[in-house]
Amino acid sequence: MTTTKSLSSLVALDMPSQPKAHRLRLAAADTAALNRREFLIWMRNPAFIFFTVIQPVMFVLLFRYVFGGSILVTVPGGYVDYLMPGIIAQSAAFASFATAISLARQLQKGVIDRFRAMPMARSAVLLGRLTADTVRLVVTLLVILGVGYAVGFRFHNGAVPALVMMVLGVALGVTICTVSAYVGLAVKDEEAVSSFGLVWLFPLTFVSSAFVPVQSMPGWLQAFAKNQPVTLVIDEMRSLALGGPLALHAWQSAAWLIGIVAVFVPLAVRAYRRAS
Amino acid sequence: MGSGPQSSVGSTAWDGPAIYVEDVHKSFGDVRALRGVDLAVERGTVLGVLGPNGAGKTTAVKILTTLLRPDRGRALVEGRDVARSPAAVREIIGLAGQSTAIQEELTGRENLDIMGRLYHLDRASRRRRAGELLERFDLVGAADRPTKGYSGGMQRRLDLALSLVSHPQVVFLDEPTTGLDPRSRLAVWDVIREMVASGTTLLLTTQYLEEADALANEIVVVDRGTVIASGTSQELKNRIGGDVLQFSVVQRDRRAEALEAVSGLSSAEPLYDEETARISLRVGADGSKALVETVRRLDALGIHPEDLGIRRPSLDDVFLSLTGHGAEQDGDAPKRRGRGRRARIRRER
Repeated sequence: MTTTKSLSSLVALDMPSQPKAHRLRLAAADTAALNRREFLIWMRNPAFIFFTVIQPVMFVLLFRYVFGGSILVTVPGGYVDYLMPGIIAQSAAFASFATAISLARQLQKGVIDRFRAMPMARSAVLLGRLTADTVRLVVTLLVILGVGYAVGFRFHNGAVPALVMMVLGVALGVTICTVSAYVGLAVKDEEAVSSFGLVWLFPLTFVSSAFVPVQSMPGWLQAFAKNQPVTLVIDEMRSLALGGPLALHAWQSAAWLIGIVAVFVPLAVRAYRRAS
Repeated sequence: MGSGPQSSVGSTAWDGPAIYVEDVHKSFGDVRALRGVDLAVERGTVLGVLGPNGAGKTTAVKILTTLLRPDRGRALVEGRDVARSPAAVREIIGLAGQSTAIQEELTGRENLDIMGRLYHLDRASRRRRAGELLERFDLVGAADRPTKGYSGGMQRRLDLALSLVSHPQVVFLDEPTTGLDPRSRLAVWDVIREMVASGTTLLLTTQYLEEADALANEIVVVDRGTVIASGTSQELKNRIGGDVLQFSVVQRDRRAEALEAVSGLSSAEPLYDEETARISLRVGADGSKALVETVRRLDALGIHPEDLGIRRPSLDDVFLSLTGHGAEQDGDAPKRRGRGRRARIRRER
């Protein structure tokens, strides 16, 4: 290293940054490549697909035939019509488990470090993950809807509101995926994430109007259940599916979803940058 | 390379060293991982960074591959500043680490294909590159099987192949053979030698002097975040005193005689280690001659040596002679980790 001192006059090359349009195009290509990677992984894991779909289907059947009989609701088609928007929202939320666990695993294995040392768009890992998750959500929710139809659920409010309800369900799922992505990247430990990183999903989905009317809960719990975002979104979905006051929860639902994304996407991006 | 990213950044008008590190510092809270590291690696050569766990090897690699920013000092890869132009650095480097980037559900070929997509290669280039690399890394037979079923050595080879998809000018290998069995290690060495033969500049970190010796043109020894020695492998070994002759004597009462008998064999003093009941002597480069002479002298005295042999100097020997403390006595690393590492080195012999 005798040469080191004489080299200290070296001046680093000035590297021009690439034009924005070019960078965006590359970011889209990176996202697509990672999407492809996720889909290949799922196709090799039939068990994973089976379980992500089978669990919500079991919930449909359980609540329809086991608990449903003792839950009193006042909607047109009885409990099954009350249940389905709730189950769709709950399944969408729980689908985000996979997001958190997969990101934590990739961090732990060093895969994400490798990506970060490549000329890849910083956003690609998160975007690729979220877009792949969106596709997975759509598939899962359509299967659940199919099973719902088989056990007696019907839309009562026309095709367009029905479509909007499904879109709202997917939007809720993707929103919660951004929270899960942050949890996965911040906790960085697959086991920790799967054992306690996602417990908050249980009160959020069960202490809501998903399965039972909020009015049946004790007063102190109602205060939370009535005002939390999952209830607001489910009530809006129910109004869309069955007919009801649409405007009531529309803006609140939208505000919550946009607000959560606005907070957790930057947090997840920051956790991704820092993770090492 | 097809429509590779290099073309869009302009040519490298850089005639300095391929890797240049000047006074780099990095701390994590109270832990000072790097305390002023200097390095220079000429284009097309291999630098071996040798040191124990916790010496700062991985931190240095992370800084050079833009995963961490240096607190102070600067690091240039082909003239590109890792802190100021990280994107430009990422375009010309390859990284393979202790953990692999392999997705185990995918086949070897699919892993290479996804990597090619991430480097924006077109379909024909991806296919050609995957074929070349599978051939070169002896993975053709397993190319279309999920990598879950690969052996540790095969996974490591595929991982090295993944780091080369983009024809990187500078490759960083962080402990490329840690945890591999001896046969797989040799196979990985072969692959690394081929990479070097094709003109790639390589920085590899290792805990094994033997590995640095086999692969590197130049070696730096790091300890507690600083470079404590550098030179060719031969220069380092000369400083350490070369090979070590070792044996034990079962007859307790004759050990003093045995020590006496071998004391004139080299300029170094023979040592007796209470713990292992072994006599050892540094014998320079002429190990076999000293071995024959030892047998002759002990035989003449009627002493029967056990486990008599020559061993190459280990990382422990390097550290002992350079710092006066063994590699496992690293201040920051927990004691037990050090023990595990030493046990591993023992097995290698």
